[in-house]
Amino acid sequence: MAILEMRHVSKYFGKVAANVDVNLSVDEGEVHALLGENGAGKSTLMNILYGLYGPTSGHVYLNGEKLNVRTPKDAINKGIGMVHQHFMLIPALTVIENMVLGMESNHAVLDLKKSAAEFAAMAENYDMPIDPWAKVSSLSVGQQQRAEILKALYRKANLLILDEPTAVLTPQEATVLFTAIRRLTQEKFTIILISHKMDEIMEVCDRCTVLRQGKVVATIPVSEITDTGQLAELMVGRQIKLTMDKKPSKPGKSILSLQNISYKDKDMVPKLKHVSFQIQAGEIVGICGIDGNGQSELVRCITGLLHPDEGKVLFKEEDITRVHTSEILRKGISHIPEDRHGMGMLMNMSVNENLILMSFRNPPYSRRNILNWKWIRSHNKKLVETYNVKTPDIDERAGNLSGGNQQKFVVGRELDRKPDLLVAMHPGRGLDIGATKFIQQRLLDERDRGAAVLLVSTELDEIMELSDRIVVMNSGNVAGILNQAEATREQLGLMMAGGK
Amino acid sequence: MEDFLISVFKMAVPLLLCSLGTLFSEKAGTINIGLEGSMLTGALFGALGSYWTGSPYVGAVIAMCSSMILTLLFAFFAVTICASQIVMGVAINTIATGLTISLNRIFLTSNGVVRVNGFKNIAIPFFSEIPVIGKVLFNQTLPAYLAYILVFVTWFVYSKTDLGLKIRAAGEHPTACDTVGINVIRLRYGTLLYSGIMAGLAGAYISTGQLSAFSEGMISGRGFTAYAAVIFGNFTPFGVFRSCMIFAVGMGLQYRLQAMDTPISYYFWMMLPYLITIVALCIYRNRSNAPKYSGIPYAKN
Repeated sequence: MAILEMRHVSKYFGKVAANVDVNLSVDEGEVHALLGENGAGKSTLMNILYGLYGPTSGHVYLNGEKLNVRTPKDAINKGIGMVHQHFMLIPALTVIENMVLGMESNHAVLDLKKSAAEFAAMAENYDMPIDPWAKVSSLSVGQQQRAEILKALYRKANLLILDEPTAVLTPQEATVLFTAIRRLTQEKFTIILISHKMDEIMEVCDRCTVLRQGKVVATIPVSEITDTGQLAELMVGRQIKLTMDKKPSKPGKSILSLQNISYKDKDMVPKLKHVSFQIQAGEIVGICGIDGNGQSELVRCITGLLHPDEGKVLFKEEDITRVHTSEILRKGISHIPEDRHGMGMLMNMSVNENLILMSFRNPPYSRRNILNWKWIRSHNKKLVETYNVKTPDIDERAGNLSGGNQQKFVVGRELDRKPDLLVAMHPGRGLDIGATKFIQQRLLDERDRGAAVLLVSTELDEIMELSDRIVVMNSGNVAGILNQAEATREQLGLMMAGGK
Repeated sequence: MEDFLISVFKMAVPLLLCSLGTLFSEKAGTINIGLEGSMLTGALFGALGSYWTGSPYVGAVIAMCSSMILTLLFAFFAVTICASQIVMGVAINTIATGLTISLNRIFLTSNGVVRVNGFKNIAIPFFSEIPVIGKVLFNQTLPAYLAYILVFVTWFVYSKTDLGLKIRAAGEHPTACDTVGINVIRLRYGTLLYSGIMAGLAGAYISTGQLSAFSEGMISGRGFTAYAAVIFGNFTPFGVFRSCMIFAVGMGLQYRLQAMDTPISYYFWMMLPYLITIVALCIYRNRSNAPKYSGIPYAKN
């Protein structure tokens, strides 16, 4: 039985169509996937359902009744809960404070102890235990997401919208989430899962509606999907190659050599313990591990953002351990940082300005500290085209671009410098399949050009697909180094978890 | 010593009234440096009201209304129009300075008014007889009692009620508040108007409680000090109380030392409370409880 029906829903922002004549029907107790590339209109559609936007035309029916939600409050009252991609929790407050916040049933004076007991019992009942008195800022990302789901359940939601829930999770956390989703559908909860990852749709969903450019392309039961290529084609609208052209590697001389690197953070917690390995020209070395096992610190030690307490970083046989970052970058190292918004780009500056951040001191970008804007503009226009960055023009504020296009110009900027070593951390995080494949292919191209590539990723598939050699990290140690051909997912998973 | 304590507890009253009010508007995510102007306006209208009606209490009510209207102006620009809150705060202070000087000259100085009726001390039976404490704590004016009671009331509202939770959330993550159906705009208006009312009362206490007269620029930085007390108190009710008392000690010390005829210039002693404020803010860097979206207007898209 259909619990939710959206009929002929359209949404226009000015002249831009975000949703065009969308029909969506969701059955009670099912996990319904909403699949589409970035900008396909998935989030807009769900924001209409949740009362954040009003539709330009069309109607929504819940339990056969016409739904008229104008604010999230209306949606909550109707039993609709949404877990946003960027969590809507208040980090400075405790879990239970977040749970009761804004609830209409609250008394003027709060009885948090009573609420906490009820809440803990409910969480326990759904096999999602969480400490109600913990401050949200002290929770891991996976736990915060759990708190978000519980927040919706605590508000008596029976229809849950999960917006890209695994984008921020490690593979392990994602597995935990999927277990929770299955548990909830047993209890007759209905779940709409927004995603652009086909694997997770195959794993956890019952039916799948594919959106492309604001329109519904198809609604199909997942059991009828034979291979993910079929889904990808529906989503992108053309055939997409999921496998990449990977020629055998031809490793050359050693480019980067890490010797016995150790690092303790300011709380004296060891983050890196005697890490040693080396990367040769023309190979991709993939670092896999659960987030927070020393990958960030390792990359920072290489790029000069941190100085290790012990050990040496050699770049082309030159000691760069305590060399300043600007000098390191000049020597021929490019860095695609993990935190795009925080480290990779300046949101409030134009694409044009962002593209010269690394090179503006050097000719022909500038001479005697005067920037040659004419040359820069023509150069950047070419760069934007080569790297397929979709932007109205190069003077657009960089923050206005979609995540995929932001990452593309960051990659373009770093590769344009023809580095001898490319350090890429989570290059595909939060991107859709088209953009991810594009960037992955660029990494392979760099390798074939003769650059050494260090790829850090939490996505095992990405590591397996691109790397020539794989370094597994576990709590600051190198748990093992394998050739890609010999490695299996099971083996890597075990090593990541600390086994042998 | 007893006199010194009495003066400290008097000095702390306007600071407490103003900063306990501002605590809420700060936690809701607005920065109002127009407090100085609000207090000044309150001080003038408190004196005017007392002069017109003969009652300092009616004067206080008029003072609260006047500074609330001034804060409404601030709130409209800062919350609805999303203007820069710092610029608006400066504007409010400038308006208040000009306004109070003009009105003072029109209604008070030109009529030769030197003194107006002030608040009378109300001794609480039995308690006021206790040596030292009695005179320091239990022989105060009505606004002073209110200020000290308000410390506990503020703590209760801040940490135990639904409203307090909403206010604390509004300055941390307004978008999240929106998704659970909290009206952030209304909360910010409400807390700002409340802080305006309290600043008005604080101003009236200075003109009709401490001096029984209005003089131009008489707030002399106490609005800013109250603002500093909120930061120095790490945005908690008891923290605010503690910092107000520290600043009041500084002020009390200033008058003592001025009167003691020390070889150091009297101007140096006048600097003392401000110096304490600056030093306190420099030493105390823990802003762990500071709202994250402080001073950032919330615009729904």
